[in-house]
Amino acid sequence: MQANSSAPIVRFENVTKSFGELTVLRQLDFDVAPAEKVTIVGPSGSGKTTILRVLMTLEKPNDGVIWVNGEPLWHQKSGDKLVPASEKHLRKVRGSIGMVFQHFNLFPHMTALRNVTEAPIHVLKMPKGDAEQRAVELLQKVGLSDKLGHYPSQLSGGQKQRVAIARALAMRPKVMLFDEVTSALDPELVGEVLNVIRELAEEGEMAMLLVTHEMGFAREVSDRVVFFDKGRVVEQGPPEQIFGSPQNERTKAFFNAVLRH
Amino acid sequence: MSEQFFDWEYVISFMPKLLEGLVVTIEVTIVAFILAAILGLLMALGRRSSNPWIAQPIGALVEFIRSTPLLVQLFIFFYVLPRYGLRMPAFIVGTIALGLHYGTYTSEIYRAGIDAIDRGQWEAARALNFSPVRTWVGIVLPQAIPPMIPALGNYLVAMFKESAQLSAITVVELTLTARTIGTQSFRFLEPFTMAGVLYFLISYPSSLVVQRLEKRYAGK
Ligand SMILES: Nc1ncnc2c1ncn2[C@@H]1O[C@H](COP(=O)(O)OP(=O)(O)OP(=O)(O)O)[C@@H](O)[C@H]1O
Ligand SMILES: [Mg+2]
Repeated sequence: MQANSSAPIVRFENVTKSFGELTVLRQLDFDVAPAEKVTIVGPSGSGKTTILRVLMTLEKPNDGVIWVNGEPLWHQKSGDKLVPASEKHLRKVRGSIGMVFQHFNLFPHMTALRNVTEAPIHVLKMPKGDAEQRAVELLQKVGLSDKLGHYPSQLSGGQKQRVAIARALAMRPKVMLFDEVTSALDPELVGEVLNVIRELAEEGEMAMLLVTHEMGFAREVSDRVVFFDKGRVVEQGPPEQIFGSPQNERTKAFFNAVLRH
Repeated sequence: MSEQFFDWEYVISFMPKLLEGLVVTIEVTIVAFILAAILGLLMALGRRSSNPWIAQPIGALVEFIRSTPLLVQLFIFFYVLPRYGLRMPAFIVGTIALGLHYGTYTSEIYRAGIDAIDRGQWEAARALNFSPVRTWVGIVLPQAIPPMIPALGNYLVAMFKESAQLSAITVVELTLTARTIGTQSFRFLEPFTMAGVLYFLISYPSSLVVQRLEKRYAGK
């Protein structure tokens, strides 16, 4: 982990997010180094999804600053002050982030191939031929080279999720967010998706932020595990330490409950 | 001859003219429907606008048009607007008024269709950094429109029948043609009966087609 040598790719600085009365992120400080693989674990409702959604610009934080690749995400510089970001600025900074969703969210009216080429063609303005060539490579990489012309309704859950991963990769994000991407799958399909993510993690260059209940998998792929509760980081460290000898009482209680299943 | 209850020779003599009226009715219906489909989409998008200066006036306009009779709107377009210098042929005025009136109905269909799109689709579009225009054109509308087709088809059939109201502002469509024929020969039974038959021959099969479309899209 080259975390200390370089500036973080993602930095949450004092970020607060509330839904009405409910404060979900409380003055959160949290960094991700370039190429770092971070797993967030924690009880249901603790705000794990919210962290990812705020970073993907699907939810707007109430307070604090998020930095992506050295640029403020929800703000832009005006002189030496930070003012709320314009749509143009948001689009520029958002371009380095990709996300894979729990429920895939594939475009049902497009084939697997077009799901992957659509954004490169229309957002990155890539020539159609190049976009298709790259999409074919990516779908091959996730083991779906025989499904290029299939529509999402003709694919299994595991296959859908692998198309969704290829679709996100096609935009060449520097940070990829995975929100419980296997929890909507039948148990026998979980492995094929985890294998794809494991390979991505081994390739290394992309930072990954994962929320998962697959503890064995988290232990295997993560550089760091963050235990999160009530909108705050309770404890974090290398997986051996967090899973092996957690220090905090809440962390211990959580793992006891999870591992009893 | 005029002793006969239903005079077929008379029918044959006026049929060519009546069919001309039918052609006008069909033209009005098709043009007005295209207008309704486009205006309805614009009104639906306008009402969704995050800018209240756009959303609220459009919302008010839609509610106003929908809550007043088509006939009154036709009269306003035909008798009132020319006083303010806006003079157009009856055919055009009538088509626009019919299209606008039904546009307020189709806008509700668009609204429901757009609301039915899963939030996840919008979120995926945003995560992939699509522009707002591209999100509408490439992601949302292609999914929202196919299920609306039966409901739009129902309005097409309704507009075909309601276009008879344009006779009130002198558009020489099927109903007014039948009336003119009747007035000239003092026999109204045959022209109005045949006009009714023509309306039926087109709208009944059309509504059967719409029913089939409904079954097809309901299966999804
Ligand atoms: N759009 C929203 N409006 C209102 N409340 C919300 C919204 N999104 C999330 N919440 C609430 O915020 C809290 C944190 O939600 P979040 O989805 O981040 O939790 P989580 O850690 O991902 O939980 P889980 O493990 O169940 O997925 C929950 O109490 C949730 O009900
Ligand atoms: Mg969650």
